[in-house]
Amino acid sequence: MGKKGLSKVDLIFEKVDPKEVLTKAFKMTSDGIIKEMLDSGLKGRGGAGFPTGLKWKYTAAEKEPVKYIVCNADEGEPGTFKDREILDKVSYKVYGGMAIAGKAIGARNGIVYLRGEYRFLLPQLMKELESFHKMISEIGYDFKINYCLGSGAYICGEESALFESVEGFRGEPRNKPPYPTTSGVFGKPTSINNVETLVTTMMIIKHGAAKFTELGTKDSRGSKVFSVSGDTPTPGIFELELGMTVQEFVNEFGDGDTKAVQVGGASGFCVPRKKFQNTIIGFEGVPTGGSMKLFNSSRSMYNVLHNYLDFFVEESCGQCTPCRVGCQQLLKGVEKVKKGEVKSTYLNELIKLADTMKIASKCGLGQSVGNAFRTIVENFREEIIY
Amino acid sequence: MIKLTINDQSISVPAGTTVLAAAKKLNINIPTLCNHPDLCVAGICRVCVVEQTGARTLIASCAMPVSEGMDIHTNTLKVRNARRHIVELLLSEHRSDCTKCYKNQKCELQALANEYAFGDTVFLSLVEDHKYNIDRSSPSFIKDDSKCIHCQRCVRTCAELQSVSAIAVANKGAHQKISSFLDRPMSHVVCTNCGQCVNRCPTGALVEKTYIDQVWDAIYDPEKHVVVQTAPAVRVALGEDLGYDPGERVTGKMVTALRQLGFDSVLDTDFTADLTIMEEGTELLTRLKKILVDGNKELALPMFTSCSPGWIKFIEHKYPEFLSNLSTCKSPQQMFGALAKTYYAQKRKIDPAKIVSVSIMPCTAKKYEADRPEMRASGFKDIDYVLTTRELAVMIKQAGLDFRSLESSNYDSIMGDSTGAGVIFGATGGVMEAALRTAYEIVTGREIPFKNLNITPVRGMDGVKEATVKIEGCTDDWKFLEGAELKVAIAHGLVNANKLMKEVRAGKSPYHFIEIMACPGGCIGGGGQPIPTSMEIRKNRMKAIYAEDEHMVLRKSHENPDVIAIYKEFLGKPNSHVSHELLHTHYTERDSY
Amino acid sequence: MYQVGNLVKELSDKHGRARESLMPILQGIVEKHNYLTDEAMVEVARELDISAAEVYGTASFYTFLDTSVRGKYVIRVCKTITCSMKGKAEIIQTLEDMLKIKVGETTSDKMFSIVETNCIGWCHKAPAILINEIPYTELTPEKVVEVIKGYMQKKIITGTHGEKRAK
Repeated sequence: MGKKGLSKVDLIFEKVDPKEVLTKAFKMTSDGIIKEMLDSGLKGRGGAGFPTGLKWKYTAAEKEPVKYIVCNADEGEPGTFKDREILDKVSYKVYGGMAIAGKAIGARNGIVYLRGEYRFLLPQLMKELESFHKMISEIGYDFKINYCLGSGAYICGEESALFESVEGFRGEPRNKPPYPTTSGVFGKPTSINNVETLVTTMMIIKHGAAKFTELGTKDSRGSKVFSVSGDTPTPGIFELELGMTVQEFVNEFGDGDTKAVQVGGASGFCVPRKKFQNTIIGFEGVPTGGSMKLFNSSRSMYNVLHNYLDFFVEESCGQCTPCRVGCQQLLKGVEKVKKGEVKSTYLNELIKLADTMKIASKCGLGQSVGNAFRTIVENFREEIIY
Repeated sequence: MIKLTINDQSISVPAGTTVLAAAKKLNINIPTLCNHPDLCVAGICRVCVVEQTGARTLIASCAMPVSEGMDIHTNTLKVRNARRHIVELLLSEHRSDCTKCYKNQKCELQALANEYAFGDTVFLSLVEDHKYNIDRSSPSFIKDDSKCIHCQRCVRTCAELQSVSAIAVANKGAHQKISSFLDRPMSHVVCTNCGQCVNRCPTGALVEKTYIDQVWDAIYDPEKHVVVQTAPAVRVALGEDLGYDPGERVTGKMVTALRQLGFDSVLDTDFTADLTIMEEGTELLTRLKKILVDGNKELALPMFTSCSPGWIKFIEHKYPEFLSNLSTCKSPQQMFGALAKTYYAQKRKIDPAKIVSVSIMPCTAKKYEADRPEMRASGFKDIDYVLTTRELAVMIKQAGLDFRSLESSNYDSIMGDSTGAGVIFGATGGVMEAALRTAYEIVTGREIPFKNLNITPVRGMDGVKEATVKIEGCTDDWKFLEGAELKVAIAHGLVNANKLMKEVRAGKSPYHFIEIMACPGGCIGGGGQPIPTSMEIRKNRMKAIYAEDEHMVLRKSHENPDVIAIYKEFLGKPNSHVSHELLHTHYTERDSY
Repeated sequence: MYQVGNLVKELSDKHGRARESLMPILQGIVEKHNYLTDEAMVEVARELDISAAEVYGTASFYTFLDTSVRGKYVIRVCKTITCSMKGKAEIIQTLEDMLKIKVGETTSDKMFSIVETNCIGWCHKAPAILINEIPYTELTPEKVVEVIKGYMQKKIITGTHGEKRAK
């Protein structure tokens, strides 16, 4: 059972006076800000969950005079739309988070990489950015943010692919090391943080780490914005305290007939009804960047899996073998199994392939294709075959 | 130094060393595909994955720098299973018609399949799902996408070594492919036909277009008189495809082999290399005179060499405003072709229509050059077929010759004599050195003052080399050059040529004469040379070229008796009217994409 | 026809000629002229002093940088799971019937193209489409007809987020 149950929170969208928070932040030392983040236990909200304080600490430690803070607004994970809402409603808090991060790591330049699908937001965001620039110059702080626009490529949400894209190249993930904290965009030390993470950092500065740690669990501190969709009477965006079980989530959002929840989007995990009770949404259970999709019993999980695989076949950057060819094999494989053209035991070979993709792919995309594949095939095997 | 263990053996290596390189030091072999010693790290084929204790995933050893205390295992079950999967995945999108493939037994994927993926195929074939394209448009090479394993070695070669990027990675996901601009035929894009990509392709996706069958047909045709010429760089590399180590000279055996294959006359491109020096040297000196003394404003400096057809196509595409800086001399191959069906035919009293002229070249661009419409000065196609060093090795094997046991023999006469100056055309700086040996002597009447005639500043593997030669004690005809400092530069690999050209374009180039070879190392590293290639291999071939030079009795082009004879009997003097008709050419501006 | 050279030059002057300017320049061309013509890519290559294959290779990586003919209004229908569950097929059918073209095609008057696209971030209001950059969500066949008719009649059609199109 989740320790906390389900409780709604209003932190991300809470109205604050940015000038007041930033003035407070700029008076702190770099170490002070980083300590606050470390104490808060904040983990990245994009999905990977790297501790934000550590990321800033590593970037701060680099001697390079030019550094960057990059806001990852390439929200492409199927089922995730909370960053759009955050940018739409409280972009000043995103900019504020970037300025705080800039202060922490010693960066004077910020880049927001906005996915092309959200271009309609840009005029409004630019206007708000102008006010923000004016406001921080009033505080007497030197920090400048620029926008880079994506053009429809899921993989650019991967940090190093995003850098490639910013630099004008195909969004192909780089080899790591070097990590972004040493060599990120334009080869400079870079802290790249998700939209929501940046807003959260601003709220941590405002309320203090201690207040933040009151929320959530040991492994998953704080609250999180969830994007809820699928078979639910109440689709939308909800900020919830971390630590609930899938059951608690389904009780709130399900339509009474929920048979599975896909947590974390196409690259996440499928939780079947029998595991709702014992699965915690968070880093101790199933991690998520916020995507929560509910499926009721009218849905074919074969169709769900097929849709996801189709997605990856197209959105893989195509450079590394396990991902480029593996995705095609998984898709073709389940199609052939469905049609009865190969034996259903071929699924076992495909699960092994998914495991290879998990350990041998170059980046997080290929490494996570197996998550949905394995959890759907294992839990809904009969739906895949018949 | 960083200390780590690989397969329980300790080793210390400098920081920045990759796991792959560290393993190599321990003689632990890790298979690779996308990795190539001439190119930057890609880390994309994933064949080289190994297990690092404590790591969540396997790591690509080619891309992973060592770190202190690292514990690596290269041959665990996990690693072997992953590698097998990866090789199987590559095979599933590869058209495996191995027995018919030109790269059969020379294919790196095939070798890996043999090691990791023999037996039943694990995955479904994807070959039919892709609409693979086979591009035969270039006279030099074939690009067969159905054999491509997406290692991107070709793309990196074209970008990093040649700065051409005629091919790039296009699309993404399942549709990702190696593509020219809009997937246009290779004959219609900026491709220079240099064949460096062919040299580095691990499979049969990029191979030379072969004319072996046509040459056999000519040889067996009793009506035809088949002459063959061999380029300088072939003799120092052919052996590699026949079981010799890189850098072994096989000149004499090669000549015997060609004769045994049935060629009617075995001649030497070195002869026309010497002739090139006479023509090009004279052209340079005349150009200098016209510019410096006569104040001619139309002629341009620096003058560029014109022997490398890859370079010619490069400048035609990329720097067409400098075409008048190019020497008008044809390449040695094409000079030879024009003379074989004129001078040679007359001397041997053979109907030129019955001559089939074959050249053995270290080069794929030469195939294209032979096809250029201007290369018909003899009234026929001057060169009928161009074979690469590799194709010659194939023919030798097809003929069942035991190459090692062949006796050495000499080239036939009339256009078979050569000097050391002709030989060194095969290495970067060689044309320059040969030109300087002759030009200096023409101007001063004395040998160029370098020990043993070895002009070392223009030798070696530096990407751009330069030298200054002070001209003193000129004969009366050349007094205007007295005390002048002739500034020369040499570039090899088009990425270096591009650097020099940018300087020229910016008006910052101080040189009078620039030698450019399209391929790294010059012709010894040509796109038609044995595979594999690496800096070490090219250095060995280069050493062999200079050894060949040192062993020649004659080392200056103007002393070549065949050259002296042809001027006396046929051409008159360098840059004569006949020379211009047969041995000189013009260039064409081309699109820049 | 537009003067592609002028536009490319204008965009290069605005964004600069370094490699990182490539994306904004290509986006600028698409914004103005719906897709990248062969000629436009050659011009960009020339301005930025990179190879045309590189420009094409980069453009073809990004779904929104179309290198084949597109109409003035590119209708991108989300095909990812929620939209797919909530009636994407009917939306496509309606569009195809109405415009007499198939997915991937462009009307002969070069006004509309229909393409499918991956998740556009409106799952809670599925099914969703983008017309150029403007999102329209919670669509039904009737609603789609209304939107497209509006575009055809050059009326103001307000998108989900309030952005207006008046053409």
